[in-house]
Amino acid sequence: MNRRDFLKNTARVIGGLTLPLTAFKIINPGELLASTGDKTKVRWVFLVDTYKCVGCGMCVRACKLENDIPYDAKVTRTWVERYVITKDGKTHADSPMGARDGFTTSKIDLGIDGYENVKKEDIDKGFFVPKLCNQCENPPCVQVCPVGATYQTEDGIVLVDRSWCIGCGYCIMGCPYGVRFFHPVYHTAEKCTFCYHRITKGMKTACVDACPFGARQIGNIKDPNDPVTKIIMTERVGILKEEYGTKPQVYYVGLDREVK
Amino acid sequence: MMVHGELWTAKELFVYPNEYIYWSIQIVMYPFMTGLVAGAFVLSSLYHVFGIKQLKEMARFALVFSFALLFVAPLPIVLHLQHPFKGINVFMTPHFTSAIAAFGIVFFTYGAIVASELWFLYRKHFVEVALPLKEKQDKTIGEWLKFFIFCTLTLGVYDISEETLKRDHKAIKVLAGIGIPVACFLHGYAGFIFGSVKANALWMTPLMPVIFIMSAIVSGIALCMLTYIVTMEIRKFLASRKMTPTQRFQSKEDLKGVEVSVVRMTAKYLLFFMVFAISLELLDLIFRGYTAVKSWDVLRSVIYGRDFTDIFILQYTIGNLIPLILFLVPGLTIRRTIVGVILVLFGVFMMRWNVVIGGQAFSLSFAGYMHYHMPIIPHDWETFKEGLFGAVSVFILPFVLFWVIAKVFPVFDLKESH
Amino acid sequence: MKSHVYRPLWVVIGLVCIILVARYFYVPKDFGVGERGYMYGWHEKSNELFWKDYKVKYKGSQYCKDCHSDNYNKLMQSPHVIIPCEDCHSPAIDHPMDPQKLQIQKGRELCLRCHYPLPYPTSGRANIPSIDPDTHNPGTECVMCHNPHNPLEGLK
Repeated sequence: MNRRDFLKNTARVIGGLTLPLTAFKIINPGELLASTGDKTKVRWVFLVDTYKCVGCGMCVRACKLENDIPYDAKVTRTWVERYVITKDGKTHADSPMGARDGFTTSKIDLGIDGYENVKKEDIDKGFFVPKLCNQCENPPCVQVCPVGATYQTEDGIVLVDRSWCIGCGYCIMGCPYGVRFFHPVYHTAEKCTFCYHRITKGMKTACVDACPFGARQIGNIKDPNDPVTKIIMTERVGILKEEYGTKPQVYYVGLDREVK
Repeated sequence: MMVHGELWTAKELFVYPNEYIYWSIQIVMYPFMTGLVAGAFVLSSLYHVFGIKQLKEMARFALVFSFALLFVAPLPIVLHLQHPFKGINVFMTPHFTSAIAAFGIVFFTYGAIVASELWFLYRKHFVEVALPLKEKQDKTIGEWLKFFIFCTLTLGVYDISEETLKRDHKAIKVLAGIGIPVACFLHGYAGFIFGSVKANALWMTPLMPVIFIMSAIVSGIALCMLTYIVTMEIRKFLASRKMTPTQRFQSKEDLKGVEVSVVRMTAKYLLFFMVFAISLELLDLIFRGYTAVKSWDVLRSVIYGRDFTDIFILQYTIGNLIPLILFLVPGLTIRRTIVGVILVLFGVFMMRWNVVIGGQAFSLSFAGYMHYHMPIIPHDWETFKEGLFGAVSVFILPFVLFWVIAKVFPVFDLKESH
Repeated sequence: MKSHVYRPLWVVIGLVCIILVARYFYVPKDFGVGERGYMYGWHEKSNELFWKDYKVKYKGSQYCKDCHSDNYNKLMQSPHVIIPCEDCHSPAIDHPMDPQKLQIQKGRELCLRCHYPLPYPTSGRANIPSIDPDTHNPGTECVMCHNPHNPLEGLK
């Protein structure tokens, strides 16, 4: 054969060889098969008691310091919302700095609309609702990640791979609970991880430890003797935005219909 | 310490702490530019597939412009990404459950189709330029470069007999045919990116991909018409300036300028797609108001309150109704076409704006609002790329690229055989 | 396949091969489908270790007990028993190595987190004794008169 045909054939052979090396890594039936079946022993769930929460904001501060979220940045992995329902049926809600400094005024923070004075005698009920990532069973944020930078572990925690995240923000738009944000330093997607580095060592999350009133608790739903599991199974609990089908795993005692 | 999005977001009433307008002007530009790409291609295919003879000149023009636009279309995304250099991860480990992951495959396929179609269209021209240069003994640096470029572009095929040219023609027809659904997919997936986000009450609708495709075709046709008119008029002006009075009587081609029949024909297709697009949008709005689900209260206050001017005055009236009237009134003139087409492009841009920015105008709490203050005067890289100047640069770049590419793929004075 | 028509197809296939080869070198070897399947588990496995190994900063009150037993015991007898040490003092991290001294927040804002009056019906907040900061010794630090480790102790 002449030089031309030789070169052509060599190119063809090399091209054919590269395909099996690389293409089939994308679809590996073996891996997919292994991932089915429920053999897990741990599935983390969270319990929030809105009767106990007083809005002190210690949890928000602890989370920021534990997880190195810049203290003065206006983003946070967890926050507390205040709801004040007045006699005229209106709901006033706010979360100044995510309640990093607690609630030390009765005025409601309305952003560019300023502050709203609410008279004590007009209040029908008021309460505080801590929020954090729900580590959903069907996380829409993981579904929409184009590169596989965010994922869910076997025990249900949704994490973000900072080295792989391209910062497109699709996961942030995909979360119905507004839990995700861009880390101000790393410029990658960021969210509450249930302090994965603590719970996998037998500790509690920073926010659970910091709460003086026991409003926050973490547990393992697969363990029937876990006190959190017992409460979820035997008492009246609610979840947020059930209509989205995300199957969130943060349960609320005393969840009011006014909670947004 | 500023968080991304904090600079141009103003929060009102109850907004979650982590909510900011993360998808800003560049995310408005991206579907706008890909829409122009898809629309230009569909226009070109109307001639190659359906054989509408009057569109012949427009077809070649549209295809080259579509190619120039294709290179610019990923630019808004690259500018928006917080880590643009890691952007190749979309090609390396695509997560196909995400609509954005389709970007790699769809763009590549579409690019391959347009490039191939252009190759078949211009192959004869490449050979005709490359062969004489090959013979020439002492070439200048410029001629060497030209020879190298055109030689590569022939892809080693120098046969320009009637037989092969006929096969070229068939290949173009096939590619243009395949290309139409791919172009639809190119923009449909962009619509799917928004329509599938159940977390966003304004975006979530199955109509979103279809609305996006229809308005994309509208914008593509409008842009091609505008660029065609402008280019032809410039050529006429330059040609008449260069000629002596006697020459002016001899060459009619350059002095022709814009051909009114071509414009009128294209305008008919523009009208058809415009009506389709606006019908779908109105259908979506009516449905939402009629079913009045949980999000309707806050959506209504955004659509009929805060964004009323943006939606009903700028997009629907100035961007749709007025051009509709301008094109429907009989006896369409070039001047009226220019005004109509510019308004249409503005209307399509406002549609993208109202979807992207409008969708972030209300909080996930349904009890608060966010206001978008686009950075106008840039004072650093962030305020440039996510501000007005970044958007304008993205819009201007295809025209610059088109001028460059037209040197290799000449749009005028090409002696064709088919 | 002798027809020149397929020439562009070869170019495209060539480009795809180049991308696949580049992919082989660029993508980490442990990147793949995890336990949660392709939709929810597509990731680089070693990243889980990154998060598991993240540095723990809050050590918990039991960590402080042995060296600071006097304050600790006092706290245990008081209503402030429910407050972890690190809430008012910052996280221990590797104290006493690093940091050698922990910050103590002494300002009014710390105490007002719980003791600012917000008498909301149905909330535990309403049950906490509170003071009006505008009338109760404005401008003075709370710890001037109250011992945070035992607030019931006689006023200083």
